[in-house]
Amino acid sequence: MTDNINILIASSNAKRQSAERSFRVYGIFAIILSLSFLFIMIGSIGLRGATAFKQSFVQIEMEIPSDKIDADNIKRARFGKLLKAALRDSFPDLKSRKEKKQLYKLISSNAEYSIRDQVLQSPEIIGTKAKFWVRASSDVDMYLKGYIDTNIPEDQRRISDLQLSWIGKFQDAGQIESRFNTRFFLGGDSREPEQAGILGAVIGSALSLLVCFLIAFPLGVFAAVYLEEFAPKGKLSRVIEININNLAAVPSIVFGLLGLAIFLNFFNLPRSTPLVGGMVLALMTLPTIIIASRAALRAVPPSIRQAAIGLGASKVQTTFHHVIPLAMPGMLTGSIIGMAQALGETAPLLMIGMVAFIVDVPQGITDAATALPVQIFLWADSPERGFLEKTSAAILVLLVFLIVMNLVAIILRRRLEKRW
Amino acid sequence: MNSVVMPNELGTTDYQTELIAGKSIIQARDVDVFYGDKQALFGMELDIYENSVTSLIGPSGCGKSTLLRCFNRMNDVISTCRVTGSIELDSQDIHAPEVDVVALRQKVGMVFQKPNPFPKSIYDNIAYGPRIHNMTPSKVELDEVVEKSLKRAGLWEEAKDRLDKPGTGLSGGQQQRLCIARAIAVEPKVILMDEPCSALDPIATAKIEELIDELRQRFTIIIVTHSMQQAARISQHTAFFHMGYLVEFGETGDIFSAPKDERTQNYITGRIG
Ligand SMILES: Nc1ncnc2c1ncn2[C@@H]1O[C@H](COP(=O)(O)OP(=O)(O)OP(=O)(O)O)[C@@H](O)[C@H]1O
Ligand SMILES: [Mg+2]
Repeated sequence: MTDNINILIASSNAKRQSAERSFRVYGIFAIILSLSFLFIMIGSIGLRGATAFKQSFVQIEMEIPSDKIDADNIKRARFGKLLKAALRDSFPDLKSRKEKKQLYKLISSNAEYSIRDQVLQSPEIIGTKAKFWVRASSDVDMYLKGYIDTNIPEDQRRISDLQLSWIGKFQDAGQIESRFNTRFFLGGDSREPEQAGILGAVIGSALSLLVCFLIAFPLGVFAAVYLEEFAPKGKLSRVIEININNLAAVPSIVFGLLGLAIFLNFFNLPRSTPLVGGMVLALMTLPTIIIASRAALRAVPPSIRQAAIGLGASKVQTTFHHVIPLAMPGMLTGSIIGMAQALGETAPLLMIGMVAFIVDVPQGITDAATALPVQIFLWADSPERGFLEKTSAAILVLLVFLIVMNLVAIILRRRLEKRW
Repeated sequence: MNSVVMPNELGTTDYQTELIAGKSIIQARDVDVFYGDKQALFGMELDIYENSVTSLIGPSGCGKSTLLRCFNRMNDVISTCRVTGSIELDSQDIHAPEVDVVALRQKVGMVFQKPNPFPKSIYDNIAYGPRIHNMTPSKVELDEVVEKSLKRAGLWEEAKDRLDKPGTGLSGGQQQRLCIARAIAVEPKVILMDEPCSALDPIATAKIEELIDELRQRFTIIIVTHSMQQAARISQHTAFFHMGYLVEFGETGDIFSAPKDERTQNYITGRIG
């Protein structure tokens, strides 16, 4: 009899152990799978985007004649003409207009302005022959980065054999250099990939998030404090709670449409601005912040409230002196996570017109702007090969911002946990 | 046995008060407490005497904490809780509309079962009460109050060099004395203590008991305890409760040496509870 029972126990033990083992294997497998997907995704974006941080520059030797450039009025001078002449001088055997046009296309269309700026900075070079590093055009840049296959027929590629031979000559003379692309970080958007930067979008996103935080955080915290600490717990408060939870699950585009209807069409707030973008994002993050703040308030031990009330503190005093300060890290954590979500949102911003092509970096919340994810969307939509790497690079920048925000949230939460 | 445990109509006793000398500061008369539909205390009649320690004893769930919370109206915070009858403190009904509950809680302080210092500095823990009651207009006075309270709670020597350190960094026993110091900083008349030593080791417990005996000179103390020895050691009066009824009240010596009710007898000898 006992033998029988022992055998039964042994077999059930074996069964349980094998079930536990296989469960662990499934778990590890799932984690490895999802990690490798993540790795592949970030890896491929990183590989594609990394080259965008570099940009090819061409060195042009150029006469700055004092008779054509008025030292007092440098801005008026026609550097474009001078630049073209300098290019023609480098390759004197060109005849046809078509060939000349091809030659001009080697360098970026705004090269003349960068030369002008350099002359403005050091006017003493007027009257001498100076060397300038100017941005190569996107096609040349793409070729130099190895994105253009020269084996396919000439008429099917963006760069002709003649241009290739010129580039070769520049390279042999050491007149081509790959440099860190500061403009990508410090410039606004552009139609030309080699001139395009993300600063406008970053500032647009930052301003939108600022507006979003200033609206959603106080509103969310006060709503949570009222619901959690003061509101009578009845049917009504349960209905409100369910609706807030539902609101958190509403697709963001709906908030965009709401913003379009209310903020733009009814209140006539300026279209395409971080002000309206931030307000729409605030609508979207508000439920998240309320839910997180309520959880943070609930995590404050009741003994603290009892201690304060026992000393004669009123409900409001107890809440503001003790409960809210203790819940603050948790509330901030929830808000940062909500804002990180908002940072990645595209759809609601499309609805309120933050999708326009805007070159200027916004100076305030009422300037037209785009946001980082919208910029990614715009670039991903562009046909030029040069925008492909810009898209990936912008995604990398967005990911860095998201990681930083989440790290801050994690650090804050650590702080919170240390308290008790 | 069964008939002994059941509460009867004579759950409250009428031989309680006449035996006791001293001035009573709290008079509870015909107090019923309900949590929703459930009644937790039945027709409570109890006097608390000034400058003495009164211990409330009885089996778990008999309503000791509930009664304690009546004295500073902490039951107000529990939404389902309803208190009827009259409780007078200094001949003033604490449920009268003109009574401010904040002022009441200044007069009737409370120390909880688990030490619950605020996660702030030791100084701020004690200064909090005087600050919210506007008792100390100047910083110098506040410093004095903090020092005096810590001294009375026997914590000054241990805490004087770390007043700006968090109160949560103290040991459990020190935390509980900090909570007592915090309670006496607002100069209450009565201090309620709900099992203040149940989370402490015997040495820390002994310190608190010693402290309670000293505090009796200035304050009236009502303490809930599950330890018969503790009740016998520190209290002058003892009230025994059973299933929501006050069964017996008297001088501690009498209760422990010659209990009049069989249920008291059974409880203090460990047969029920
Ligand atoms: N907040 C509450 N809501 C509903 N019922 C409660 C509440 N607090 C206490 N009760 C009930 O009231 C009765 C008395 O509880 P109370 O806490 O006063 O007992 P106690 O004597 O302090 O017990 P213990 O010795 O275990 O602390 C119990 O039956 C309990 O279930
Ligand atoms: Mg209790």
